[in-house]
Amino acid sequence: MAQRDLAIRIGGEAGMGLESSGAGFARALTRGGLYVFGLPDYYSRIRGGHNFYSIRVARHPLYTHAEPVHVLLALDRETIRRHVNHVVPGGAIIYDEKDGLPEGPRRADVGFCALPLSQLAEEKGGREVMRNTLALGVVAGLIGFDPQYMASVIRDNFARKGQAVVDANLRVVEAGVQAGCSFDGDFSFRMEAVPGAPARVMMNGTEAFALGALAGGCRFVAGYPMTPGSLALHWFARYADQYGVATKHAEDEIAAINMAIGAGLVGARALVPTSGGGFSLMVEALGMAGIAEIPLVVYEAQRPGPATGLATRNEQGDLMFALYASQGEFPRFILTPGTVEDCFRAGWQSFNLAEKHQTPAIILSDHYLAVAQRTLDVESIDFDAVTIERGELLTDQDLDAMEEPYRRFRVTASGISPRAVPGHPKAVFVTTANEHTERGAITEEPADRVAQTEKRLRKLKGMQQEIEGPFWYGPEEAELTFVCWGSTCGPLREAVDRLNAGRAGRANMLYFTALCPFPTAATAEALNRTRRTVAVECNATGQLESLLRMQTCWQVERSIRRYDGRPFTPEYILGKLEQAL
Amino acid sequence: MVTRRDFAGGETPTWCTGCGNFAILNGIKMALAEQEIAPHEILLVTGIGCGSKLPHYMHVNGFHTLHGRPVAVATGVRLANHGLRVMVVHGDGDGYGEGLSHFLNAARRNLNIVDLVQDNRVYGLTRGQYSPTSERGKRTPTTPAGAIEWPVNPLALAITAGATFVSRGYSGELEHLVWLIGEALQHPGYALVDVLQPCVTWNRNYAYDFYRERVYKLEEDAAYDPRDRTAAWERAHEWDERIPIGIFYRGELKPTYEEQVAALVSSCLVDRPLDREWILHVEELMQTFF
Repeated sequence: MAQRDLAIRIGGEAGMGLESSGAGFARALTRGGLYVFGLPDYYSRIRGGHNFYSIRVARHPLYTHAEPVHVLLALDRETIRRHVNHVVPGGAIIYDEKDGLPEGPRRADVGFCALPLSQLAEEKGGREVMRNTLALGVVAGLIGFDPQYMASVIRDNFARKGQAVVDANLRVVEAGVQAGCSFDGDFSFRMEAVPGAPARVMMNGTEAFALGALAGGCRFVAGYPMTPGSLALHWFARYADQYGVATKHAEDEIAAINMAIGAGLVGARALVPTSGGGFSLMVEALGMAGIAEIPLVVYEAQRPGPATGLATRNEQGDLMFALYASQGEFPRFILTPGTVEDCFRAGWQSFNLAEKHQTPAIILSDHYLAVAQRTLDVESIDFDAVTIERGELLTDQDLDAMEEPYRRFRVTASGISPRAVPGHPKAVFVTTANEHTERGAITEEPADRVAQTEKRLRKLKGMQQEIEGPFWYGPEEAELTFVCWGSTCGPLREAVDRLNAGRAGRANMLYFTALCPFPTAATAEALNRTRRTVAVECNATGQLESLLRMQTCWQVERSIRRYDGRPFTPEYILGKLEQAL
Repeated sequence: MVTRRDFAGGETPTWCTGCGNFAILNGIKMALAEQEIAPHEILLVTGIGCGSKLPHYMHVNGFHTLHGRPVAVATGVRLANHGLRVMVVHGDGDGYGEGLSHFLNAARRNLNIVDLVQDNRVYGLTRGQYSPTSERGKRTPTTPAGAIEWPVNPLALAITAGATFVSRGYSGELEHLVWLIGEALQHPGYALVDVLQPCVTWNRNYAYDFYRERVYKLEEDAAYDPRDRTAAWERAHEWDERIPIGIFYRGELKPTYEEQVAALVSSCLVDRPLDREWILHVEELMQTFF
């Protein structure tokens, strides 16, 4: 049976290593020439509870996970209880015979496959912990996926532990594959490798953003652990020595952003990775970067708030907060990448934007985008496009030739004042978070205040020209136009495809990857071409919807909102669409 | 040669006549000149308070930041450009109240900065509220019945946090203060200079008369050894009758934070080129994603 895509879900307790096993298998599928979308789902606890990793795999690029499951690997009974109804008719549930089945009626249209997973893992590998690997070997056998790609991942992942560990794992895979091939149930879903396919990469939004930021010259990173922002801090800490990046786990988020501002003042491209709670602590300093005109990049990976909220879950609830964070008025950028590719671009672009316009740039990502792994064609991570533009940063030569006293906050037509960093004898100056004169002296004079406020806000004109989007997806003309921002564009894109597969011209999508300064003209023009608009957002109050009203006086006709802590799926959107219309 | 006049300039101070900050301003200028540090070679990072306006009143690089945060800002400055000297100047409310955690962390990290705290034991700019170093029972607008808390002991805290240079000056002893700041500037690592400073407007009980009668210099006590941590701890608790100033503790040198960061070993971060070659170097990391 020809299968367009196939989904595997491996579930169990926290501490069973599901995420690393799942990601390892996703990598094997990628090496086998297939496209995957891998999504970990976990609770904020280290042991127990219920975690799972979903892998969706196809021969075409995937932008989202989905709800149906073809193979459920249940490493405990809870997994069967929770996920049995997601398994498609004809799908299989593989479980350890020692765990047994949960009580209750058993679905007749699904194959239940009890295997001695722990026992086989111990026999072949010597350790029960290899059960995950064994179970994934079973999956490979079941779907007809050539196990050589699993072997290559195992060799890479376990090489540093020695040949004996590699060999044991390879034996375990082999045993799993044999068991999978000899499954006597009625399972017909296949996903064979595509030999000779071009080599592709697999990464999540955190990695893509960090890679882009590093390429864009990020030299200083300060943060404080908070899921999911800390994943970016980990990434930089790992490469800090090799790439010469000062990476500081600070005493708190307030210290982290102030450190980054200090680094920015003296000319280092500085980043603060955080999440909503951490960003809440940082907002006073954000305003300092605004008034003192110091370039700064804040990466805020959203999770559901308020306060601690749902630590390991997803929401797009911080848009209005990011737009208005900190007292007073100052210009800022807000980028809202929607895909892994967007995250890479936002990584390097944000540093150019912040430095050229001497103001903070905020990247709003979210948990879903930060952790979901995707297979990408190598070309989609485009290093050739990366530029490093430092704007009006004065060089030593410029300063040597300077004849008049340096004015750090010189009033200019563009609002951008040529920027020196401390250290040159001709540019000895004071920067202050108080209102100031052109020379940086404290002032409370009305004329100075007006001149500096207007100078800062004049920068918005140039900033506006930097904003790209909104972007269209789908047919030019459609009955319905979905409007979204950030990571929602992944699941929504597939919902659009499915609607159009049912009836051509049914739907298209307008999505925003930057929301501040707001692209008013382009948005108004785009919205005027729509027939019926539906806003899709992962929050309860429709924050983009409000922003559209505020900026363009546009009222969307319908809304689909999700705020249960889970990311959208195409199925969820299509289900809600019926109710919304 | 650097002279005190190289630092002349800036705005007219807004401090009250008789404020201890005038002596601290002079002391900083004189110490920098003596240490041959020119105005462009140092950054004074200050917080918020009367005294934190200090860089505006001289010719020097300054960053006048937020209340309580200059030590954190200074940390970023030092990591990004460890070729630039950094002195933090802020008050007791800033350093020991809002910024207490940054103070202890900078001390334990042994960040190579001078941390000068203008300790007048009261809030000046916000008009006379009690501060972390105010005495117990102090009546102020926010403690009308008298402060219930016991004061912070900054010197004892710095010693406990692992600082290797812990000192106290007095704005009424300018020559001694200049020497102290000079020693702090020479110290490789975190150096605390807590400066007792009368606030003639909001804290008249602790004006010059109070300190003049009590202050004595540790250096004049031949038996005192600043390498002795226990003795330093004891002197840090001496108050009321006699108040010691000078170097309380000068411990065995430890590596500074900056010199232990691998990324900083070859050069200052800000001196490294950002060019196409760098981008290609980063592109090599794509190998790790296959």
